[in-house]
Amino acid sequence: MKLGIVIKMLFATLVFSLVSGLSQAEDKKDRLVLTGSSTVAPLLSEIAKRYEKKHPGVRIDVQTGGSTRGVNDARNGMADIGMASRAPKDSERSLKFFTIARDGIAIILHKSNPVKSLSDDQIRKIYAGEITNWKDLPGGLDEKIIVVNKADGRSTLELFLKYYKLKSDQIKPHVVIGDNQQGIKTVSVNPHSIGYVSIGSAYYQVKQGIAPLKLLPMGNVVASMDTVARGKYPLSRPLNIVTKTQPQGLVKDFISFAMSGEVHDIIEEQYFVPINR
Amino acid sequence: MTLSKNSTSYPSIADSVLKWLLVAVGGLSIVIMMLITVFIFTESISAFKIIDIERFFFDERWNPTAGEFYMLPMLVGSLLLMAGSIAIAVPLAVLVAVFNNFYAPKVLSVACRRLVEILAGIPSVVYGLWGLVTLVPMIIMIQSPGTSLLAGIIVLAIMIFPTITILIDSAIRSLPKHYIEASVAIGLKRWSTIISVVLPALRKSIFAGSILGAARAIGETMAVLMVCGNVVQLPDSVFEPMRALTSNIALEMAYAMELHRSSLFVSALLLLCIVFVMMFGKEMILRDKNHV
Amino acid sequence: MSEQAVRLERGSHYDLDNLATFIAWSGFIVVVLIFVWILGEILVNGISVISWEFLTESPGNAGRSGGILPILVSTGVIVFICLAFALPMGVATAVYLNEYTLKDSRFAKFINISIDVLAAIPSIIYGLFGFVFFNNVLGFGFSLLSGGLTLACMVLPFVIRASIDGLKAVPDAYRESSTALAMSKSASLFYVIIPSAMPGIIAGFLLGIGRALAETAALLFTSGYVDRMPSGVMDSGRALSIHVYDLAMNVSGGDANAYGSAFVLIVVLLVVNSMAIYIGNKIQRRQLR
Repeated sequence: MKLGIVIKMLFATLVFSLVSGLSQAEDKKDRLVLTGSSTVAPLLSEIAKRYEKKHPGVRIDVQTGGSTRGVNDARNGMADIGMASRAPKDSERSLKFFTIARDGIAIILHKSNPVKSLSDDQIRKIYAGEITNWKDLPGGLDEKIIVVNKADGRSTLELFLKYYKLKSDQIKPHVVIGDNQQGIKTVSVNPHSIGYVSIGSAYYQVKQGIAPLKLLPMGNVVASMDTVARGKYPLSRPLNIVTKTQPQGLVKDFISFAMSGEVHDIIEEQYFVPINR
Repeated sequence: MTLSKNSTSYPSIADSVLKWLLVAVGGLSIVIMMLITVFIFTESISAFKIIDIERFFFDERWNPTAGEFYMLPMLVGSLLLMAGSIAIAVPLAVLVAVFNNFYAPKVLSVACRRLVEILAGIPSVVYGLWGLVTLVPMIIMIQSPGTSLLAGIIVLAIMIFPTITILIDSAIRSLPKHYIEASVAIGLKRWSTIISVVLPALRKSIFAGSILGAARAIGETMAVLMVCGNVVQLPDSVFEPMRALTSNIALEMAYAMELHRSSLFVSALLLLCIVFVMMFGKEMILRDKNHV
Repeated sequence: MSEQAVRLERGSHYDLDNLATFIAWSGFIVVVLIFVWILGEILVNGISVISWEFLTESPGNAGRSGGILPILVSTGVIVFICLAFALPMGVATAVYLNEYTLKDSRFAKFINISIDVLAAIPSIIYGLFGFVFFNNVLGFGFSLLSGGLTLACMVLPFVIRASIDGLKAVPDAYRESSTALAMSKSASLFYVIIPSAMPGIIAGFLLGIGRALAETAALLFTSGYVDRMPSGVMDSGRALSIHVYDLAMNVSGGDANAYGSAFVLIVVLLVVNSMAIYIGNKIQRRQLR
């Protein structure tokens, strides 16, 4: 008896919530959907929240899923705006890209590793499997190098490959990772590993003393937010948002908000570099 | 049983409505299964149009953006993970379920059940995090890089063991009481009751539990992705990194287009095939046992 | 047969019994150790961020600061939708299989196999399927509804299996006596059989909640990533397990709150489990009186 009542109540609540949900879904015009890069998604989430606060009634849904997906969703209309943590590819020139911030890619080692710097050529050889032991590098211990690489298709990997003129099938990794924090955690627990991640997240970890890491300089340039901001750091990338056509109305307003000085503090809070126009 | 099932002596409208409603609902799981199968097939079909099937087994490496589709290591990796974790988890699950029902004082058995239920509810992400932060460094002390087949097997074993335990535990509890009473009555000791009465009666449940555990092990994504190293290779030892079919989808799906994307659906199709083989195999084996 | 041989045999008998007791206890201790080890880590790392504010505020700064209230609400709605579908459907299917058909009927066999297959399909495949079917084909978009329904498909086979176990445990005498009392089939189902099968149904309910709360892969592409308060079931909302994953794997400096969220997740599970068991016992007692 009681069970019957409970079930009936469950259904009544459900039907009610369904109806209210459906009716509320009708005012779609004040709603934006963003999909794409997992690096950019947390940043845009925060920007969207501030925008929503300024414009009551507007809802901006930020979904994650990868740069390529972001670009595709923008292209086929699944999303109003896509997010990509890379520059447009040749096949994507017809879409509109807007750079909202910059990010760099840093080479990271475990803090206990005595190696202080690596030349571009040495890094290339490590990743191509030509140098496999730290003792073959200045100051290195007699330990096997654990090469941490990003998974195929990720923007960070593509940029890394392009900079070091490597092909993805040349790399002989020992660990393949997905998102940035996985890279940071993997290198933190592996004293003899080398990896590369988004500069901001690594910089934050080192600054806060959370992870036992160090960032290697690129050539002679120190890996920091500052050198990325001044355009000196060689391995940097734009964080873009993408639309299919020239943005209008709400989309346009949101994009110009995201590119304005009003959100620079948010960008810095997420450890990216704002762009001064 | 048959008497009650055929008891249509007092049919009412409510009864026949209820019956047809139940038929419809019963068919729902068939519909869902069909939908999923058809969906995976149609998504992966475009890969098969371009890539010969043998290339998934004999290409040189997995590099779909460069037109290489060596998927065999992931298939083998997934199967190794499954076998290893089952080998650890099933004996432990049987042990704990038996403890719960025959050895533990009432308070402890309640507590133990609660513990197992909580363990079953911990998100795989947490197991993965624990594996990466705690387990992997321990394995590194034996051999680098730590993220390896072994780490995957241990994390999976811990993950699937609660589910198997819950199943076996409830199977023990639903054993007819007279089994145990009879065995006690003829003076069998506790352990011999368990070995010669309880466990044989549980054979089917243990087998079914193992299959369910195996299915969870092969389907687990996040934890495996975090601790296995994800290098596409046939591992020479348990300390080598490897990639599972599920991790392959999770790592690359968001970044894949066209042929790469449909080749990832081939991973999904392989997983689905394993599942079908497992379940039909189980059905056959259980049927055989019934005949014996 | 000398007297000694008999005694020896008996002696070894006792030894084996003791050995078995020892092994059983060590199994229990292994479980407790795993439990303490993993949960200890979550507890130690998570307890420091737990506060009233953590439970009642929205996440800020990509989840590094603030609380998890909207995420708790989203998770609750997703689990609710999931069970609102999976529980009635599951119990109904179980009733059909156990009370209405003979085991050998072709339809029943087919249902049984499909249940096994559904139970074994990897959650990531459910995620891909849910994204295409619920989000796109049915047009629900990223929403709590899509997530809940995807999970319902996933959890359904477990609810069915557990409910069947519960129904099997109901003695045939119950069925026979309700027939003898000239109760209609539906009356005997609702007043006698289903209430007596409660322990199994509760077990299915618990398994369902456990799996639903723990799921990450299937939800990321269905209910989505949005971490604000949902205003309806058609809104996108982030589930607790996704929040944990994002903070641990994607947000630099999110570890503390990741552990805090995991801690809350486990407490929620504990509360739900206890509640379900309590209610289950109560219902069962009342019905059988």
